[in-house]
Amino acid sequence: MDENTSSVLKLTWFDKIFKPQVITLANGHQTIRRRSRTPLILALVLAAIVLSFRMTEFNFAAIARNFDKLLDLFFKLFHPKWSYFSKVVGPLVDTVKMSILGTLIGCLVGLPVAILASSNINKNAVVVSAFRFILALIRTIPTLVIALVFALIYGLGTFAGTLAIALFTFGIVAKMLYESIEVIDMGPFEAMEALGADKFQAFWSACMPQILPVYLSHSLYCFEMNVRASAILGYVGAGGLGIMINERIGWRDYNGLGMVLLMLFVVVVAIEFFSEYLRKKLS
Amino acid sequence: MSEKIKKLEQAVDKKLTVAEAYAMRPRHWLLYTLIVLIVVGLAGWSSTTMKFEGMTVTGSEVAKGIISGITHPDLALMFGTGDTGVPYLLLQTMAIAVLGTIFGAILAIPFAFLASTNIMSKPVAYLFRVLILLIRTIPSLVWALMWIRVTGPGAACGVITQSVCSIGMISKMYITAIEDLDTRILESLDAMGCTAFQKIRYGVIPQLTASFISTTIYRFDINLKDATTLGIVGAGGIGASLVQCLNSRRWAMVGSFVWGLMVLVLIIEFLSTRVRKKLAQGK
Repeated sequence: MDENTSSVLKLTWFDKIFKPQVITLANGHQTIRRRSRTPLILALVLAAIVLSFRMTEFNFAAIARNFDKLLDLFFKLFHPKWSYFSKVVGPLVDTVKMSILGTLIGCLVGLPVAILASSNINKNAVVVSAFRFILALIRTIPTLVIALVFALIYGLGTFAGTLAIALFTFGIVAKMLYESIEVIDMGPFEAMEALGADKFQAFWSACMPQILPVYLSHSLYCFEMNVRASAILGYVGAGGLGIMINERIGWRDYNGLGMVLLMLFVVVVAIEFFSEYLRKKLS
Repeated sequence: MSEKIKKLEQAVDKKLTVAEAYAMRPRHWLLYTLIVLIVVGLAGWSSTTMKFEGMTVTGSEVAKGIISGITHPDLALMFGTGDTGVPYLLLQTMAIAVLGTIFGAILAIPFAFLASTNIMSKPVAYLFRVLILLIRTIPSLVWALMWIRVTGPGAACGVITQSVCSIGMISKMYITAIEDLDTRILESLDAMGCTAFQKIRYGVIPQLTASFISTTIYRFDINLKDATTLGIVGAGGIGASLVQCLNSRRWAMVGSFVWGLMVLVLIIEFLSTRVRKKLAQGK
């Protein structure tokens, strides 16, 4: 890995502190071998672990002592309250609806922004980096916090949740998309421009067919994620299954919680299979 | 299918003009209309639950408050060194993510090997895959609420939650790496008369480390973002204080938390992308 000939080896600050090993070959040539960086990295990681243990006050003994509580809880989870079925259906459908609409809005807005943020199509470097920075900022804020803010502004309910999902999807889809757009083949685009097509025509018929399948595949992937994410948005009052989960845990009704989680599991698995099948067809 | 090919062959034989060939271009308008119809139908169906009641009475005040908070953050809190200051909370959030990721990465190794079809028999592998899927479907917030019964509120709860939640995604990516193992290397080591231990040391580990480390760093990225929301249920980190300030409308404090969060996540994302790029290039 680190064996290079001395002529091309660039010495970094690390090599200046830990001098590389000089090996003289049988024919008199000298070659150098860099010192391994592994011990340094391991030491840093170990230091981080020790510091983290201190900061989080994590100890295994306490967990082992109370572990039977978790087992008890799991036992109840695996004995779901079947009569609960009819009560879960409504919020579950709400959750799916929230993620469908949120994903659609986020993806629709994401497409033009992604095109504006890809450096091979938009030659204006300032605009490209401005859009990328905004997208990065949106992605740093946790979905739950976005949902809480929208719930404070627009009142509790599915509307706030949908907006939160749309914003979150927008940040992710646009990022994944501009990364894919940057690696498309620009040859057809140039050929069409040479034939006299204007920029939009050339883009529409040379780049869109390349972008579209990737775009749909990314959108489906986001939808998968959103179903899972939107299940907990209700925790901050943004509608859907989360309200119910919160309620069940608050009342320590773990059999009911088991039923909620079981149905969520079935829906998530079904959607995942369906979307994986579609994505395989797209690629 | 064969008819199509015949038609194409005829076309090639006849030497069509450009206009004639263009008239024969593949058309998918039926498929496209179908997709558009389905999407519009889904959007219509899912918008039935949306009840837009305009802003709440305090909605505009909240929006104004957030903007003023972000433009005028509480600087004393932002750079304070105490237990409640932003730097300490960010460090604690990072500590949770570090420990959670490392435990998760270690716990995922046995899961990944047990769920790989080229190592285990198919029934066993699929059984473990369902288990991994089960772990992945339960939202991290629900995991946190369950573990809180074991550890009590605090950062330790965040650590154990993330350790368990990380197993799902990490082992899924480990499995792909394991199933892509180049078995010819193992065969040649076998032919040289290596023992099982030597085969693992020189045939398996070098093939897996790069992708395993890359996956772990990627998950650290995700866990850091996740750790910021776990605080909402009392699992330590910055989330608890952020949500408290949002609910009690102390906008200046919200501003300083959001700034701290954005800067930290952006820095970590930048570093992790760089390291993963280096790993992918095999340095």
